[in-house]
Amino acid sequence: MKGFRYLKDVATLNLDQPTCIGCGRCLEVCPHQVFSLVGKQASIVDRDACMECGACALNCPVKAITVDCGVGCASGMINEWLQERKLGKLGGGNCCS
Amino acid sequence: METPAGRVARISSVLGPGDHLGACLARWGIGRMSYMVPAGLYALGNPAAADPILVTANYKMSYDSVRQALVGRNCWLLVLETYGINVWCAAGKGTFGTGELVNRITSSRLANIVSHRRVILPILGAPGVSAHEVARRSGFSVSYAAIRANDLPEYLDKGLTTTPAMQSLNFNFYDRLVLIPVELVLALKSIAVAGGGLFVSFAVTSGLGAGLTAFLGWLGACLAGIVVGPLLLPWLPGRSFAVKGAVAGLVWSVLFFLLVGGQAWGAGPTIAAFLALPAVSAFHTLNFTGCSPYTSRSGVKKEMRMAIPAMGGAVVVSLLVLLVGRFL
Ligand code: SF4
Ligand code: SF4
Repeated sequence: MKGFRYLKDVATLNLDQPTCIGCGRCLEVCPHQVFSLVGKQASIVDRDACMECGACALNCPVKAITVDCGVGCASGMINEWLQERKLGKLGGGNCCS
Repeated sequence: METPAGRVARISSVLGPGDHLGACLARWGIGRMSYMVPAGLYALGNPAAADPILVTANYKMSYDSVRQALVGRNCWLLVLETYGINVWCAAGKGTFGTGELVNRITSSRLANIVSHRRVILPILGAPGVSAHEVARRSGFSVSYAAIRANDLPEYLDKGLTTTPAMQSLNFNFYDRLVLIPVELVLALKSIAVAGGGLFVSFAVTSGLGAGLTAFLGWLGACLAGIVVGPLLLPWLPGRSFAVKGAVAGLVWSVLFFLLVGGQAWGAGPTIAAFLALPAVSAFHTLNFTGCSPYTSRSGVKKEMRMAIPAMGGAVVVSLLVLLVGRFL
C-alpha cells in the first residue's frame, strides 16, 4: 500500500516453504502483496506490510502459513486485556460493532 | 422471478434517494445496527443458469455498492447474514465465514439454480472464508475477485481475472474522511463526561474562565486525535499512530497556548497543558488503528506497551504539576 508503512519487524507471519504446493492462493487473498510465487514455491517478500488479517493462513490448503491474527484495534485490545483480568469492559470505541 | 429452486427476489441496480440518505445517516452511526438487508439469494437483472454468483454481506452499504456496480448486468447475488456488519469486519469476526457461506449455498439451493459451481467473493472476505473448506463442503469453488465492488465489472469482463490494481488497498483522504463521523459519535460520551469533569474542577478551583479554557483545551486535543490525526495520517511523522497523534496534539497545544494567551499562565499550567493535551490526542489517534487497513495486531500491541504508560505518565505528571502549583 503506497504511502503507508506500519511498524517494522513485528508481524508474526511465518511460511513453511517445504510444505507449500505453490497453489498461489496466498497471493490471491493478501491485500498487501506480501507473497510472491516463483515456480512452484511461495515466499514472503514484504513481511513488514503484513497486517495479520489471517486470510492467507486460512486459505492455504496445506496449512503452510501461520500468523497470529485477531482484533487489531487499541480499544479492542484494552477490552481483551480487561476481560482476561475480569475487570469489566470499556464502553464505546469499538469500530467494528 | 421463478427458478428451479422456487422464487427469487429480483432487485434493481439503481439506488434511490432513500438509499443515499440511509447511507449518510449510517456514516454518523445513526440506525447503523439496523441497516441491513435480509440474507439470501437475489436476482440482479434477469440472470440465467450460467450467470455468475456474487457473494456479499447483509450490511446495506456493502450490498448497495455491489448492486450499484453491476448496473445493466445479469447475475445472482448471494447475501450472507453478517448482522449488518461490513464484509471486512464480519470476516474478522467470522460471521462472513466458511460456515455461513456453505449454509447459504445449501439453503438457497444454488446447485439447482445455476449450471456452474463457482461463487465470487470480495478479497476482503478472505480472512473469514477458507476456500478449500467451502469447496470440500459445498462443491462450489471460491474465486476472490477484487477489493472494491466497482472493480467487479472489469473483473467479469476480463473473464474473471483480477488485475494487480483490483488487489491493492487504498486508504486515501476520502476513505479516511468517511470513517471519522462514526468515531466522533462513539467518542462523544467520553469527551462530554471527562470534559465536563475537567470544566467543573477548574471552574470550582480557579473560576469559570479557567473552566472554559480547560474544556476548550481538552476538546481541541480530542479533535486533534480523532479528526486531524487520521486525516493527516500519511503526512504526520513516524510510523507509530501514537506518535502521529502526539504530534497533532502538540500542534494543537501551541495553537491553544497562543489562542487563549497562555503567556499569562506561569510554568505549572504550561507544562501541564503541553504534557496532557498531546497525550489525549495520541490516545485517540492510536485508537484509529482499528479502522486502518494496514496496522497489524502485533504492531498495535507493541505500540500500546510503550504508549499507554507514556500517555498515562504524561497525564499523571501534569496533574501533579497542577496540584503542586496550587498548594505551593
Ligand atoms: S495475514 Fe493478511 S496481510 Fe498478512 S500476509 Fe496473510 S493475507 Fe497478507
Ligand atoms: S496458499 Fe499455501 S500452498 Fe498455496 S502457494 Fe501459498 S503457501 Fe503455498
